[in-house]
Amino acid sequence: MKSAGSLESSDCLITVSYNKDKNNTVNIESIVFDQFGEQIFEVINKSLQELNIKNVNVLCQDKGALDYTIKARLATALKRLEGENNE
Amino acid sequence: MSTKILYNLESLYEEIDIFEHKNISFHHHLRNGDFVLNMVLKKYLEMDVKELNLFPSSIFPTYTTILDLIKNDQINNITTNYLNGPVAEYISKNGLIGKLKMQTHGGRARSIIEGNNNIDIAYIAAPYVDKLGNAVGYKGKNACGSLGYAIADSKYAKIKILITDTLVEEVDNPEIDGANIDYIIVVDSIGDSNGIVSGTTQVTKNPVGVKIARYTSELINELGYIKNGFSFQSGAGGVSLKATEYIGEIMRKNNVIASFFSGGITKYHVDMLEEGLVEKLYDVQCFDLDAVRSISKNKNHIPISASIYANPNDEKMVIKDLDCVILGAAEIDYDFNVNVTSSSHQMLMGGSGGHSDTATEAKLTIIVSPLIKARIPVIKDRVMTITTLGKNVDCLVTERGIAINENRKDLIEKLKNSKLKIYTIKELANIAHNYTGIPKQLKKESKIIGMVEDRTYDIIDYIYKA
Repeated sequence: MKSAGSLESSDCLITVSYNKDKNNTVNIESIVFDQFGEQIFEVINKSLQELNIKNVNVLCQDKGALDYTIKARLATALKRLEGENNE
Repeated sequence: MSTKILYNLESLYEEIDIFEHKNISFHHHLRNGDFVLNMVLKKYLEMDVKELNLFPSSIFPTYTTILDLIKNDQINNITTNYLNGPVAEYISKNGLIGKLKMQTHGGRARSIIEGNNNIDIAYIAAPYVDKLGNAVGYKGKNACGSLGYAIADSKYAKIKILITDTLVEEVDNPEIDGANIDYIIVVDSIGDSNGIVSGTTQVTKNPVGVKIARYTSELINELGYIKNGFSFQSGAGGVSLKATEYIGEIMRKNNVIASFFSGGITKYHVDMLEEGLVEKLYDVQCFDLDAVRSISKNKNHIPISASIYANPNDEKMVIKDLDCVILGAAEIDYDFNVNVTSSSHQMLMGGSGGHSDTATEAKLTIIVSPLIKARIPVIKDRVMTITTLGKNVDCLVTERGIAINENRKDLIEKLKNSKLKIYTIKELANIAHNYTGIPKQLKKESKIIGMVEDRTYDIIDYIYKA
């Protein structure tokens, strides 16, 4: 399990781990879920697709991050997870 | 009747019938350090007095006895200018037996003077009192500065009671006139000085805030307001104070002296008074200890009542001469209506205070806000609650540009060759949406729990259950 980001306002903390069932799960806890929940799901699912990732659990704890931030935090968390695997 | 001195609340209720007087008022000058409101309301809780109507000038997070009374069905209506913390949250979710009426600082004073707010008993926390009932707020062990919000109560309530921890032989130049006071109650302590002074009066260091402040000062300067004799109000927000600092720099450079600053006063305003950049401070509320100290030693730092500050029917009203005011916003809409009463989730978290008063009177009203706050664009189709009508708001300054109200053709004309980034408010909203996406509209609940009454007595919006 690896994380990237923070719980500061306008940031998000993304935590990823391997999923043994060989599919992706995405969980979102966001202060702007009512306004932007669907959009956050979309940006995470799209990023996973682009990176060709098919077996992780993603938890996004969001404090109002913009899409770029979410994407960057996700990519970093995934790289850290990959690094852990190679250790 | 002469003023009677008592030494506890119990003996007050031997003199007056607690069950007979249901409309009671308090002021909030001791803010989160106030002991008086809870001390008094605990008696109403113990005695189970029902059908109360409360008129506190504001409700702060520590005023939790109000919550106990609401839960015990003892309060019908609350009329106030600002509320924040657990009481605000509870009312948002549950409403009252009656209604919550939000007034402005000027509107509250007007309503008390004109008899619309009929107050039976005014409980006035008074930091420094003599035996005749004369009082000031800027001396004593729990000094709070100006007592501006309590003056109308001290004159027009049926029964006027001072509660103090500092009783002295004589008070010079009183803010509260002892001739009006019926009882003085001497207690051990009226407050905790640590909570009296608000911790928020610092200039912002946040780069977004600094940029907004710089644009604001440039805008005011380009519009030609920074000249000898101009008057200004900033409040105590970090961005507004930073803008005030920049305005001070422009004043020094151009040898400009302002006539007055009004409203809530901080050490930044006091420093400018002492430097000679401004001739007078008209102070309705001190935000920090420097302001409290200044008021007690500088005759040009003048405590004023809420009526003289902002009551539209007071011929001495200070803000009728106000050139420029900088105000904040939780939300602003395409018509420039501003909300500082509720969050975008419909939760009560503030109120007008002097927002609508100063916006209405000032020649130039500027709203400062980040364009995006934690992904939520500050500009909406329609604000959740109108605190201040758009017709009284002239400019919005954000870190990405400035919007001018289309009604102010004169300002738009003056700025047509400006290097400042001027947009329409819809263009600014689009810039925000490019970063955030379009937020999904939340559904409003249908139950009305209160209303916003402007200083004109017009109901300008309703408050809905969260």
